[in-house]
Amino acid sequence: MAHFDNAFPFSEKWLDQRLAINTLKRVLSTEYWIPKNINFLWAMGMILAATFGLLLISGIFLLMYYIPDTSKAFDAVNYTIMSEVGYGWLWRHIHGVGASVVFLIIYIHMFTGIYYGSYKKGRELIWLSGMLLFVSFSAEAFSGYMLPWGQMSYWAGMVITNLFSMGSLELNGIVEWIRGDYVPGQAFLGRFFMLHVLLMPLLIMALIVLHFGTLRIPHVNNQDGEEIDFEEAAALWKAGRRKESKVIPFNPVFLSKDVFVMGVYFILFFYLVFYHFEFAMDPVNFDPADPLKTPAHIYPEWYFLWSYEILRPFSKDVGLIWFGFAQVIFMLLPFLDRSPYVAPANRRRPFRCWFWLLLIDMVTLTIMGKLPPTDPTYAMIGKIAAYTFIILWFALPFITMKEKLVGGKK
Amino acid sequence: MKELKILAVVVFFTLVTYYGVEPYAHHAMHKKVDANGNEIVYEHKGFTYPELKMPEGIKGNAENGKALSAACVGCHSIKSQNMPAPMDALASAGAYGVNPPDLSDAGALYDEGFLFHLMKNPAHALKVEHKFKNGKMHPMPPMAGDDQSAADLVAYFKSIAPKAEEITPKQAFESACGRCHANRYGKWTQIGDVPKTKKNIATGKDPERLKFDLKVADYQDKLAKYMGKLPPDLSIIIRARSEHFMENFIEDPQSELPGTAMPRVGLNKEGFEKVIAYLEETGDPSKPKRQAIGPWVIGFFIIFTLLAYLWKKSQWKDLH
Repeated sequence: MAHFDNAFPFSEKWLDQRLAINTLKRVLSTEYWIPKNINFLWAMGMILAATFGLLLISGIFLLMYYIPDTSKAFDAVNYTIMSEVGYGWLWRHIHGVGASVVFLIIYIHMFTGIYYGSYKKGRELIWLSGMLLFVSFSAEAFSGYMLPWGQMSYWAGMVITNLFSMGSLELNGIVEWIRGDYVPGQAFLGRFFMLHVLLMPLLIMALIVLHFGTLRIPHVNNQDGEEIDFEEAAALWKAGRRKESKVIPFNPVFLSKDVFVMGVYFILFFYLVFYHFEFAMDPVNFDPADPLKTPAHIYPEWYFLWSYEILRPFSKDVGLIWFGFAQVIFMLLPFLDRSPYVAPANRRRPFRCWFWLLLIDMVTLTIMGKLPPTDPTYAMIGKIAAYTFIILWFALPFITMKEKLVGGKK
Repeated sequence: MKELKILAVVVFFTLVTYYGVEPYAHHAMHKKVDANGNEIVYEHKGFTYPELKMPEGIKGNAENGKALSAACVGCHSIKSQNMPAPMDALASAGAYGVNPPDLSDAGALYDEGFLFHLMKNPAHALKVEHKFKNGKMHPMPPMAGDDQSAADLVAYFKSIAPKAEEITPKQAFESACGRCHANRYGKWTQIGDVPKTKKNIATGKDPERLKFDLKVADYQDKLAKYMGKLPPDLSIIIRARSEHFMENFIEDPQSELPGTAMPRVGLNKEGFEKVIAYLEETGDPSKPKRQAIGPWVIGFFIIFTLLAYLWKKSQWKDLH
């Protein structure tokens, strides 16, 4: 039986007896231990959370005026929100820029994880829940892209839903089932609207909680992949031996650095929102959807280009197979990497080469994914980059199997 | 130091990707090539129309031009001189395919060499000869007079035109674009402003508006027949096309869209700037607000970051 004495309502003691706020505070912040040996890349998680927050808040404002009707959606976004609603333009630009930048941070976050080996030895679920977040952010971004009902919304919707016909299997029934029509139309817009404002955000929020949860037991990795005895280190900290302890509390020590990095990030973010938003809002999508006029170039937003370029250089069915491969292969990373060592890539050979090759290859795929494939040089580079991607992943188990750490195990 | 090196790597890969998918990709996608695959680069002429110069040594006489303008008002209005249009927009479109423009501001908005050649050979000046061949005539007949008469008319239109700064962006748009292109965010239709009408409370219907909409639809029918398709609404074209595209396209539509039915409208530099100002008003009205608020928001985050840095310093001072 809990003990309730006459504490003043809503005082700390009163709340603690009812909600255990002191325990919560200890567990979630002041005694949530983070390694000291980290750099600013460790702040990307908080930056992602902050950007998601911005997307959520701006999205709520946009949702008040958006109309999911094929004949009204374009003007609801481009006229009502942009010229009639006070600061509607600001919310929209925050939402558009945020949707693009969030992927940049996701990729930095992912490659940080790959570089420091933060996906193995107890951290597999962190990686997997993170990849699920990547997939749901992709679905969220794609469904959101449909909503302005511009030319690129319409034609991207056409192309992506067509993928579900599975090439030569010609499962057109599935495509029609997804669209609710033979072509993207009212049913299609309504469905993607629901996905964008309800189902995907719910899923994302649940996955964020799971992602945080998966961090709890294995703890955050550090710059050297060192295995830290967190209990011992925490005891040192609590004893006031801050210099010797290998950990810091999340709040306020880690948070102070996070907030600083976030500040730098927000300067860049709002510079983009006010002065350089075009990169996130494709001009083609400012032409209203027109089923009779296919744009000269149809391309996805930049963050999907690398996987698009794995689909494009091949014949229909082969392309689809490798496209599917590209969608799931990152999920398998913790199991394809056979090395027992958790260490930064620069100490793992030949994994070091694998890491930089993968990064350069994905940048190449991204760039080639937007360039017109009618140019034989671009098409050739794209094809080589696609093969490189595939080969890299098949090679991964073999090159990590007999890995030696440079400088021995620390 | 190590953190700065890491930051440099992150920034490097980000910028390479940005360069590849934005400036470079857009250049590659919009590259125009001839039959041999060589790149065609259109040289922008600053709205001067070198091939449409007035002949040397000819000097127009506005008085003579005024007398000659009687031939123009058979189809065009000159409202500033109390010359109404002989037919309304719909009837004009029935007769010519498109409603001819009012000429009050022509002398200020359009290049004089363009106006001169327009009167001599409309299809040539408008660069639509590809549409009027095999005996098909442009609806505006070439004038009968000599070079001197054409120069006199140009002088007349320049003499009656208001100063460029007195013409509003909207007027420039109406004259140069607005008879083919609607602008629904500016409440403009090809036959004029959307009238302010009221619903009948008893029925919930607005018959005046319905009649107007029907007239617009009829006009658009005729226009679409004349142009091959209905020219697009320009409400937000300013965000759908690059500045570069707009400059080249308005100076010479064939430069960006070979074969298009859109005529070269012959705007001079001031006229072009006014049209763009109007398109920005309707398509990008937040521009002045962005410029006003931007520095404050960024300033706020600079101060925020400085304070956060001091906090971080104080928290981390005895950790190493």
